[in-house]
Amino acid sequence: MDSKKNVMVFIEARNSKVAEVSLELVSAADRLAQELGGCVEAVALGHNLDKELKALGHYGCRWVYYTDDERLTHFTSVPYAKTVVQIIKKYKPGIVLFGATTMGRDVAPRVASALKCGLTADCTDLQIGEHKIQDTIYENTLMQIRPAFGGNIIATIVSPESVPSMATVREGVMKMNSADTSKTVEIIKEPCIIDDNDFLTEVLEVILEEKQVNLKAAQIIVSAGMGASDPESITLAKELAKVLGGELGCSRPVVDSGILDKDHQVGQTGITVRPNLYIACGISGQIQHRAGMSEAKRIIAINKDPQAPIFALAHYAIVGEVKDVLGKMLKAYKTKL
Amino acid sequence: MGLQLIVTVKQVPDTHNVSGDAMKDDGTVNRAALPTIFNPEDLNALEEALQIKELTGGSVTCISMGPPNAVEVLKECLYRGADDVILISDRRFAGADTLATSYALKCAIERVGEYDLILCGRQAIDGDTAQVGPQIAEKLNINQLTCISAITAVDEESITVKRSVEDGYEIVKSQFPALLTITGTANEPRPANAKKVMTYKNIGKEMCNTSYDESYIASDSCAILNHVKEWNVEAISADPEQCGLSGSPTKVKKIQSVVLSACESRQVANSDAGVAELIHELIEENIIG
Ligand SMILES: Cc1cc2nc3c(=O)[nH]c(=O)nc-3n(C[C@H](O)[C@H](O)[C@H](O)COP(=O)(O)OP(=O)(O)OC[C@H]3O[C@@H](n4cnc5c(N)ncnc54)[C@H](O)[C@@H]3O)c2cc1C
Ligand SMILES: Nc1ncnc2c1ncn2[C@@H]1O[C@H](COP(=O)(O)O)[C@@H](O)[C@H]1O
Repeated sequence: MDSKKNVMVFIEARNSKVAEVSLELVSAADRLAQELGGCVEAVALGHNLDKELKALGHYGCRWVYYTDDERLTHFTSVPYAKTVVQIIKKYKPGIVLFGATTMGRDVAPRVASALKCGLTADCTDLQIGEHKIQDTIYENTLMQIRPAFGGNIIATIVSPESVPSMATVREGVMKMNSADTSKTVEIIKEPCIIDDNDFLTEVLEVILEEKQVNLKAAQIIVSAGMGASDPESITLAKELAKVLGGELGCSRPVVDSGILDKDHQVGQTGITVRPNLYIACGISGQIQHRAGMSEAKRIIAINKDPQAPIFALAHYAIVGEVKDVLGKMLKAYKTKL
Repeated sequence: MGLQLIVTVKQVPDTHNVSGDAMKDDGTVNRAALPTIFNPEDLNALEEALQIKELTGGSVTCISMGPPNAVEVLKECLYRGADDVILISDRRFAGADTLATSYALKCAIERVGEYDLILCGRQAIDGDTAQVGPQIAEKLNINQLTCISAITAVDEESITVKRSVEDGYEIVKSQFPALLTITGTANEPRPANAKKVMTYKNIGKEMCNTSYDESYIASDSCAILNHVKEWNVEAISADPEQCGLSGSPTKVKKIQSVVLSACESRQVANSDAGVAELIHELIEENIIG
């Protein structure tokens, strides 16, 4: 079997839990591997993760190479990077994917540098295609698609001459497979080869801060832009989110001006969401915002400017004052019950 | 003796203010129409270095790789209190991806020689990759601490910092040498100092071609530098094959402009009846409960 057809995923465990982004990546890898005629494999590091890792199988992962060592309980750069490099050299996958998280973005460049291979950051789409350099045709090349220049262009990046092709992918961008509990993963234990001298970072404290909002999991999001940033509109948007059982989101300038916390921000530099319903209140619809919400199943846009770009994306367009329309929505919803 | 601090700074197109004419019809970026600025998070890295120097003594050396006019960001470093500045410039560095960039910067840092800490911005706004810092650290075989939102303690041997992560933050400590990447929330960068602007605004560049000349003067010899050092491929003893386009495994295959995908859109009347009908419809379709 040709190992180059396999797609490897870096499994991120935070506080002994497999991060959601890792399951999203296994799902994406599953689609790529099917196209290549290969399998999904994973590299995991940590301590006492055996039970957690079982779930990887449900999303399509065949093998997970797992280095279990107490010293790896908490992430530190050098030991993690060295271990991943060793696993890649041993199993020689054609593609390696990392989450574009603080951990993924810390370890992936170090790994790519050690292997002298290409790495594309923050991909929003991955495809398989072919690439030609002079007379050489590279088949089964990973097309790494990402926004560039502040989101003004979409670039397709390839690195066919260096193996593996490596990419980091944002959280929430790749659709997760539905879990199939009949599928299992084989956990292959790998010895930890890291010397004590490589543990250069001393972790003194880890402080967990409970997120105020969980936008990613919300099925309904009422989102406030600068046109809904006054206290009264924010209160109305919050109330609508509450009665609909949803969450409050917002655009970046609302965060920048200190009105809402960063946890609420939707967009390229915020959170990518795909809820059933997204209600954009006073949001103009700039590309960076759309990047985070364009995959919502239904979009209602409320804006007083009939030319606002958000309307090109909206399924329902309401031209009007945010306060006025939100008031009507609340009233209509409450009387319907 | 104080700490030897190196800061990597990049001149970038101002992608946050891309105007219509900066985009060509074919969807590519007309770089010439974009103003260039000091990469914002590199200013935070510089500020952090200057604050550490104020605390422990030592010197701050800034390095930038770029075309000749990248000298502008190095002057900005001098205006704020950098001791020494180096421009890595050569046609053979052009077209570098992050791997080739980190290779060139690593070679330059090796020529500088002594250092305790290297500070980079977390990411540059032209590519938003955040890769160059960790790749330099790997190539120098030193430790890295990324995404630093505060420095909590620093002494002659070690540094303790706050790293912001998804579900909170962590306090981590590393001995020197180490490389840090600094985020925009770490500090408020100081403005240029008017007196320093007067001193440095007209300084020139000095080519330092060979790798063994005297041009790296330790900055504690409080001599006012009257030039920006410019180093080419030979000066940093770099392998030209690993520089620029030829040292870059990633290739841009295609560039597309972003087009709004039009969807089937329905105008909803902004009236009690119009809104009520919409709400009713969404309930019927089980989109809202
Ligand atoms: C690199 C980069 C990354 C970015 N990342 C993000 C990101 O992740 N998320 C994000 O959101 N943005 C991001 N931005 C910013 C983005 O470009 C826009 O500036 C931002 O999305 C605009 O926010 P807005 O629509 O709320 O405000 P504005 O553009 O100011 O629009 C306000 C809208 O409200 C309407 N309005 C005003 N008053 C009323 C009223 N009373 N009733 C009804 N309508 C009203 C106006 O007609 C207008 O359309 C990023 C930018 C850059 C350069
Ligand atoms: N050409 C360059 N010259 C100097 N520093 C650079 C250069 N490119 C990147 N850097 C540094 O690496 C950081 C991350 O850049 P990037 O990986 O491009 O997002 C920047 O904030 C800079 O500190």
